[in-house]
Formats: sequence, structure tokens, C-alpha cells
Amino acid sequence: MSAVTELFIRDLRLAVRVGGGALMGVVFFLVLVALIPFAIGPDLALLARIGPAILWLGALLATLLGFDRLLTADHEDGSLDLILMARMPVEIAIMVKALAHWLTTGLPLVVVAPLLGILLNLEPQATGAVALTLLAGTPALTFIGTIGAALTVALRRGGLLLAILVLPLNIPVLIFGVAASNAALVGPMPFGTPLTILCALSLMSAVIGPFAAALALRQGLD
Amino acid sequence: MRLRAVDLACIRAGRVVFEGLQFAVSNGEMLAVTGPNGAGKSSLLRLIAGLLRPARGRLMLDGGDKELSIGEQAHYVGHQDACKPSLSVGENLAFWSGMLGGADAASALARVGLHALARLPALYLSAGQRRRLALARLLTVRRPIWLLDEPASALDSAGQGMLCDIIRAHLADGGLVIAALHGAMDIAATQELRLSGAPTIMELEPVP
Repeated sequence: MSAVTELFIRDLRLAVRVGGGALMGVVFFLVLVALIPFAIGPDLALLARIGPAILWLGALLATLLGFDRLLTADHEDGSLDLILMARMPVEIAIMVKALAHWLTTGLPLVVVAPLLGILLNLEPQATGAVALTLLAGTPALTFIGTIGAALTVALRRGGLLLAILVLPLNIPVLIFGVAASNAALVGPMPFGTPLTILCALSLMSAVIGPFAAALALRQGLD
Repeated sequence: MRLRAVDLACIRAGRVVFEGLQFAVSNGEMLAVTGPNGAGKSSLLRLIAGLLRPARGRLMLDGGDKELSIGEQAHYVGHQDACKPSLSVGENLAFWSGMLGGADAASALARVGLHALARLPALYLSAGQRRRLALARLLTVRRPIWLLDEPASALDSAGQGMLCDIIRAHLADGGLVIAALHGAMDIAATQELRLSGAPTIMELEPVP
């Protein structure tokens, strides 16, 4: 196997094994969204109207949970030193790690979103739209988070700082994610426009994220 | 192959760890870096590995691969063993072997005496066994330069003997070893670099 697949499979394995925390984000997402109807009350029309926004907020916060594992765990046990010394470019290594991270923390959110749509009284069509926007938008959240993870890698318990760094950068993703979902739900905007922008945000961050993160890691050598 | 340091200086957290450092190691030789705690032994190794940047001075490798940095031609065994507790011993080593471009993880595991534990999660390894697993990495992929940071720590006497053996084999194979040490090691062709801990000019002295 090539070094890229080795790294990818190792990160997937670590995520699903004991202490990997792949399901932490999903459980948090589930709890958060399940609590909303209790706080808002049994106003079904209101729930359906704000449902997409709640799903997106929940997903945004849930992705934040896992970022401290993305690079910090490797930093703490010395693996990151060896990854930096390997002949694989650091950008590629981070790209691979981010993809594995999205697969284990981002994709599960997309999968459970339709289930949570039922709790929020969303129409099947709206649920599908939200899931589709999450599929298009969560990669952006992961890749942007990678930058934050690289910046805070040497800090012990840098989780909160990471959230503060990353959340403002995620605002465009949130805006277009919710806009696309609402467009599918009520109009009048076409669904395609914000969704395309969302895809563009994901692709852009997939390019910029690994480079920025690698730069942050190199600068942080100490 | 010859690794040379010219006027090397390292500053960490505003403190001069060492400066004016000169040394040269050729293949087949081991450089034992000694000195009190905090003298900069680990910093020197991380500097050579490319994990720290020198404040001044240069490191040069004559006769190495021009396309690769010194770190990319080196193995580094630091204080941390880079083992994932949730992966098995075999999986840990197979990952590093594949990541670094090697193939033969099983025989390396046998060489360091962990063959019987290949399927055990690394969580259950003792400190000495984890160190053996880190040392096994040296054997999976050939890299001409070995950077070892107190490689004998936590090893039992049999383990230290094994360590001496693999270092000797590497030197005989034309490799080059730079090791931070506290105790002496029974390796011929060793020169010693003593870091005094005080920021002065340090000299190379042959081992008597």
C-alpha cells in the first residue's frame, strides 16, 4: 500500500476504535437537536420553519468537537514529528487526515440529519434538501477546522481557542447552507445557487485548508 | 556520506541552548551527544531532524540524496514512541513501515523481540516494550541517518544489548548514528560531543 492509503486507513481505524470519538459528534448532534423542541415548545409550524437552521447549527457545533483529535493526538505521542519528517509532503498528509476526519465525523452527521428532520417536523423534501446541503457543506467545515487544529496543535487543551478561531471562518458556510435549505423549503430563491456556492466553498477550503495548516505547522516548529 | 554542522546555534524560548557548535560524522561512525539535562541534546537531534530551525549556522550532508532534506533521510526516535494505544503492535509498526516506504514489518518485530505480541493492542505494552516497538521502526525502512534520543531508556539489559547490536549492524552497513546518551555504549567508532549546558564554544573530543 502507498503511504497515502496507509495514513488514510490508520486514521479511519483510530477514529472508530476505543477513544477515537468518531461517534461523539453524532451523539452531540442528536442530543442538541432533540433538545430544541423541548425548548421551543410544540409549535410545529415554527419548528418546521427554523428546522434547517437548527440542523445546520447543530452540525457546525458537532464538527467542532472532533478537531482537537485531528492533529493534537499525533502531536502528543510524537507521531506528528515522524509525519513531518516523512517523504510525503505535509500538505498531502494533512489533506489525507482531513478526508479521513470528514469521513468519520462529517459524513455521519449527513446520514443522521434525515432522522433528526422528523423531530423537527420537516417535510421529506426539506429534509432531503438539508441533508444535501450538509453533504456539500460539511467538507468545508472540516477543512477550515484543519487550519485551526494546526494553529492550536502545541497548546494543551486548546479546544476552546480552536472554536473561537474557526467559528467566524465558518459563517459563510452556515449562511449558504441555511439559505439553500430554506430555498428548497419556501423559496423564492432557486435551490441551485446557494448550493453551488456551498460546493465552491468546500472545494476552495479543500485547497486552502491543507496549505494553510501545513504552513501553520511549519511555523510552529518548536 | 558525511554530516557536518558549522557554527550551529539553537535558541529556544529566548535562551541560548548552544552556539558555535561544530562537528562532523561520517558513515560507519556514531556520534554520542552527552551532557547534563537541559544541555540541548534533544534540541540538537530535533534540529538535525528538521523539527527545529537553527538560529544560526548550517547543517550539511555530503554524499546524501540531493533531492531530499536531511530529515527525510533520517530515522528519529524521540522521547515519545509514536505508538497508538488502540492499534495493535503489528498495526502500529506496519503503519510506520508503509508510511515511511518500507515493507518488512514482521521480521523487524521479531528482531526487537515483540513477535509474540504482534496482535496485542499497544495500550498494554510496558514502557520498555513501547521503546522496543519504536526501535523496530529503524529496521523496517533503510535510512542512512539514525537520530536516537536516549534510545536505551526503559530498556532492560537484553534490550540494551539488542540496541547495541542493531546500531553496530547499521554502522557496518554504512549508516551513521547520532545518539543522545547518558551512559556509555559499547560501540566502536564512537566520537563524543559534549554539550556543557553553558552557552560556550564546545569542542569535539575523541573517546579515550
